[in-house]
Amino acid sequence: MYRAMKKSNIFSKSNVVLIKELVKTDFKLRYQGSLLGVAWSVLKPLMLFMVMYLVFVKFLKFTDGTPTYPIVLLLGISIWGFIAESTSVGMQSIVSRGDLLRKINFPKYIIIISSVASSLISLFINLAVVLVFAIFTGVNFTGLVLLVPISVLQLCLLVVGISLILSTLYVKYRDISHIWDVLLQIVFYSMPIIYPLVFVSKSYPIIAKLMMLNPAAQIIQDIRHNLIAPSTAPTVWNIIDNFWIAIIPVVLTFIIFIVGVVYFRKNSNKFAEIV
Amino acid sequence: MISKKNDIALRVKNVSKSFHLPTEQANGLKQAFVNWTKGIKGYEDQKVLRDISLEVKKGDFFGIVGRNGSGKSTLLKIISGIYTTDSGSVDIFGRLVPFIELGVGFNPELTGRENIYMNGAMLGFSNSEVDKMYNEIVDFAELPEFMDQKLKNYSSGMQVRLAFSIAIKAQGDILVLDEVLAVGDEAFQRKCSTFFDQIKKDKTKTVILVTHSMESVRKYCNRAMLIVDGEIKETGNPDKVANAYSDIFINERISELEDKENKKPTNMQLSDVHLQDIQIVQDNKKTSAVKFRENFSLELVFFAEKVHEDLIMGIHFFDQSGRDMLAISTKVFGKFNLKKGKSKISFDIQNIFTDGDYYINLAIEDNNTQELLVQNHEISPFSIIGLNLSKHSKHSLTHPEVEAHFE
Repeated sequence: MYRAMKKSNIFSKSNVVLIKELVKTDFKLRYQGSLLGVAWSVLKPLMLFMVMYLVFVKFLKFTDGTPTYPIVLLLGISIWGFIAESTSVGMQSIVSRGDLLRKINFPKYIIIISSVASSLISLFINLAVVLVFAIFTGVNFTGLVLLVPISVLQLCLLVVGISLILSTLYVKYRDISHIWDVLLQIVFYSMPIIYPLVFVSKSYPIIAKLMMLNPAAQIIQDIRHNLIAPSTAPTVWNIIDNFWIAIIPVVLTFIIFIVGVVYFRKNSNKFAEIV
Repeated sequence: MISKKNDIALRVKNVSKSFHLPTEQANGLKQAFVNWTKGIKGYEDQKVLRDISLEVKKGDFFGIVGRNGSGKSTLLKIISGIYTTDSGSVDIFGRLVPFIELGVGFNPELTGRENIYMNGAMLGFSNSEVDKMYNEIVDFAELPEFMDQKLKNYSSGMQVRLAFSIAIKAQGDILVLDEVLAVGDEAFQRKCSTFFDQIKKDKTKTVILVTHSMESVRKYCNRAMLIVDGEIKETGNPDKVANAYSDIFINERISELEDKENKKPTNMQLSDVHLQDIQIVQDNKKTSAVKFRENFSLELVFFAEKVHEDLIMGIHFFDQSGRDMLAISTKVFGKFNLKKGKSKISFDIQNIFTDGDYYINLAIEDNNTQELLVQNHEISPFSIIGLNLSKHSKHSLTHPEVEAHFE
């Protein structure tokens, strides 16, 4: 009786406390014992940005020529980093917490939420660094900035959905981690992250449109467009005229999320026995 | 047993559970695919629990006993909601706090304080609830000066003490404990014992305890249950249950010993004399399972073709690790003779020995000619049963009664 009550209350107080504790611990332990501590979480993306900027903008000239392009590049890399990190960690989170699952009963989705939340903290730190760059570069922020939280929300739905599916699969089939590694690489290069979309749309406009149907690409471009470069960063909304086609990536996000929730819920009560 | 609904803490009804045991030791896509194409299930079903029903009332101290692999931990995990049931239902009335293992979620890199809050959150307590329990936990663990130290700097004893203190100070209605009683040093043990005595009297707290220690069952529990191979064998009075549990072992020992007896080495016939029968007798019954601290006799029957006079017999008892338990020579009783035909000789032995497995060597010699008439090796294996001292690496062969006084 009591248990049934507990289950229905997904965001009950005790569950929120547990998520908070897990995220806090995870963040605290990440830079445990290092001299600079939390400063690394800012320094690391900063150093990575320098390298990316030098390689892709200065040497390889992967740029659309606009002055804000370096910021657009950094923003894309940050968001992609979040997607790759949170899904990879999320995928393994159930198995790596197997020890816990076998000894105590708590809602399993908490593990996924807390692992995604940890990655989200890193994303926000990266975004703060990007914003500082943006201010120095002289980016003009517009009212579109207000739309960014919606994209971040969609991003979270997508990542949680993928993590729910992958983590459930990973409990049964450990091969998934290798497959996902490869898939991530493929998806990374199939999206305009380290190269501008114009590179593709110039000669293959159809392929450019297909690329933008990927929810990850749509979200990254939306955030770039709304936050940094309303005039130069193309989105699915302005390269595809038909609304019902343009909405595909958003619908996909919801489908992935719902499939994830249903699949995870169906299997999660057996995790303790299989893990 | 029909009871009023509001005084029940836990009701388990017809619960059955089986596990899938993978037959192939690979959890990969390839194996899954191969199994699928060949139509193999890839696992075997193992029934762990069969039709278990029980009711625990509020205020009960309920013991669950059984051998390793009997399914008692699985039952506990089902009660704690970690495993799901195949059939049947579990109803819990009140807040259940499970301790399948102590210190779940403990992280060596966190401080003692942080670990208490982490462990608390794992068990479903909010920070303010942990705040309320915090001082009691720290005091009970006797670690106030270590709370800001990282857990990795604790001794293992300190870690266990902290974990155990959380377990017993957690403010739940129903406490589920799996094999966690024997922790800490002697002083801490006594403290826990006092605490359990208190909790036994407290009618608002319900405890469900899985243990191998019949002593704890007798001491703390007011009701108990014995599980054998996933089925309830005995339930109710803790003394009755503890005895039923001990009986399993005694019966098993006896059948093991009978097996050994059948395999005893053949001993050479040296002369016309031979050992016809050898028996260990206790309470006027032949036995191979001797009860601890109760005297027993060794009865021998020899058969001789002719009369033999002026003989000496040596009997040597030794234990499973070859240590001498007892050596008797008939020299101390004077000379003895063997009649033509059967002669019976018996020895009454004061039982001051530890439990264990024992064997006998026996020889008879003619005192004048020094001729060896009978020699038998490793015969009549028997056990002394009652304590579990021989499981420990160091134990003495004799076990006189010792009383301890702690001031």
